[in-house]
Amino acid sequence: MVSFARFVRAAVGACALLLLVVAAPAPVGAQQVNPTASSVKEQQLLQELNRIQGRVSIPDERSGVLEQPQGRQWREFHNVTLRWIGGIAIIGMLAVLVIFYLTRGMVRLESGRSGRTLVRFNIYERFVHWMTATCFIILAISGLNITFGRPLLLPLIGFENFSEWSLWAKYAHNYLSFPFTIGVVLILLMWIGGNIPNKVDVEWLKRGGGIVGHDHPPAYRFNAGQKAVYWIVVIGGGLVAASGYVLMFPFYTTGIEGMQMAQIVHSVVAVLFVAAMIAHIYIGTIGMEGAFEAMGTGEVDVNWAREHHSLWLDEQMARTGPNDGRPQPATAAAE
Amino acid sequence: MARMKFLCDADRCIECNACVTACKNEHEVPWGINRRRVVTLNDGKPGERSISMACMHCTDAPCAAVCPVNCFYTTADAVVLHSKDLCIGCGYCFYACPFGAPQYPKVGNFGSRGKMDKCTYCAGGPEADGSKEEYEKYGANRLAEGKLPLCAEMCSTKSLLAGDGEIIAQIYKERVMKRGYGSGAWGWKTAYRETIES
Repeated sequence: MVSFARFVRAAVGACALLLLVVAAPAPVGAQQVNPTASSVKEQQLLQELNRIQGRVSIPDERSGVLEQPQGRQWREFHNVTLRWIGGIAIIGMLAVLVIFYLTRGMVRLESGRSGRTLVRFNIYERFVHWMTATCFIILAISGLNITFGRPLLLPLIGFENFSEWSLWAKYAHNYLSFPFTIGVVLILLMWIGGNIPNKVDVEWLKRGGGIVGHDHPPAYRFNAGQKAVYWIVVIGGGLVAASGYVLMFPFYTTGIEGMQMAQIVHSVVAVLFVAAMIAHIYIGTIGMEGAFEAMGTGEVDVNWAREHHSLWLDEQMARTGPNDGRPQPATAAAE
Repeated sequence: MARMKFLCDADRCIECNACVTACKNEHEVPWGINRRRVVTLNDGKPGERSISMACMHCTDAPCAAVCPVNCFYTTADAVVLHSKDLCIGCGYCFYACPFGAPQYPKVGNFGSRGKMDKCTYCAGGPEADGSKEEYEKYGANRLAEGKLPLCAEMCSTKSLLAGDGEIIAQIYKERVMKRGYGSGAWGWKTAYRETIES
């Protein structure tokens, strides 16, 4: 019996050993499974969303964005496209104005000065205009410095000086955006009444507005050209302000992609805005005789009003009469 | 001269965050700024991977290209560094960076974001190597002491590799060959316009 039991034990042992040998290849096979077959893949994730985002255990959840290669497209825009758009718009506008000035010269008052004046812009309107204008010029210079300063100004004044100037320019750019925005809102409200396009504008544009040629098409308080400036300021100013605040308050409204878009809108609108305002400054100063007074002293010569804003003059005459009964200036009285 | 790179072997990273902690401690990085972080993709699902990411010290770096004051420079080891004295805190590098590396001590304050801070590859800044000024602005300069970045040196699974691009690529290739799989060098295509075929 003992030998039989030994035999059984040996047989069971042999079977178990056989089973083990047969079963052995299974774990070897399991080791050849590729763990990356089911894993996330970089190129696949990038193709799906053009960005890779996950979870981080640090408190800054924004750092969960692992990769966003579209910064390269934004770089191309900022370093190449924007410089071309800005350069063509601004240098092109200056070139057009210089050629225009050399061929046409200043638009003169054809009937001379009457010596009688009437109020065109009151003190409140002039204050709003100059507040917005002053802010705009500083914002424009500090903004152009960010885009064009590195290739144009940095080589001239050196790294330290350029950084110091750019830092102050950036502070000015950020803080002056607030009075500028207020100015744009006030301009929108105080002049919208005279700036709705109408039939007179069509006629004015057909006759070249008195800029091209020597015609004097009729106009109310604002002609079609001035209405264009108004809407450029209101719409352009609104866009640069809105996109600017997105950049100034990072992550309040958008992520990085939104900020790249905001910077594109901000900079393209801004350079076109600057080009348009160069034309506005030209026509308001050396481009037209008697125009600057409207925003300077606030009063324009009656003859200037008759030539450029005949319908507005008629309205004013019907209301108060010219000059509001003031004495005429001594120099003009001599004529 | 070497061409320094980072390589995170995602099949080894266990999201222990030792690299993050080592970096913060070594450079006394201020509150709110993490020069390195570990991002977990597909968290809790099959195929989950964690990747440790910091500045990749890109070839033809986008941050340097868009900087309005040109405060970036590339060292002889191809490490992308910047000068905090020149930085005006405009935020442009942070729009351009594919890896979210540039950070600001005062994000959200409209007047100033402060001077940008990012991974220096443990190579300091423009000040004299190992000087007090350099340490205060940029942290330790291990590279000048002949040491590699601490994040990679501290990595518990040797997932994060730092060193010359060709050498770490070779190490990674050997690993992939030996174990039979690898999910690739994350970020390399974006940063260096090349990848490690495996």
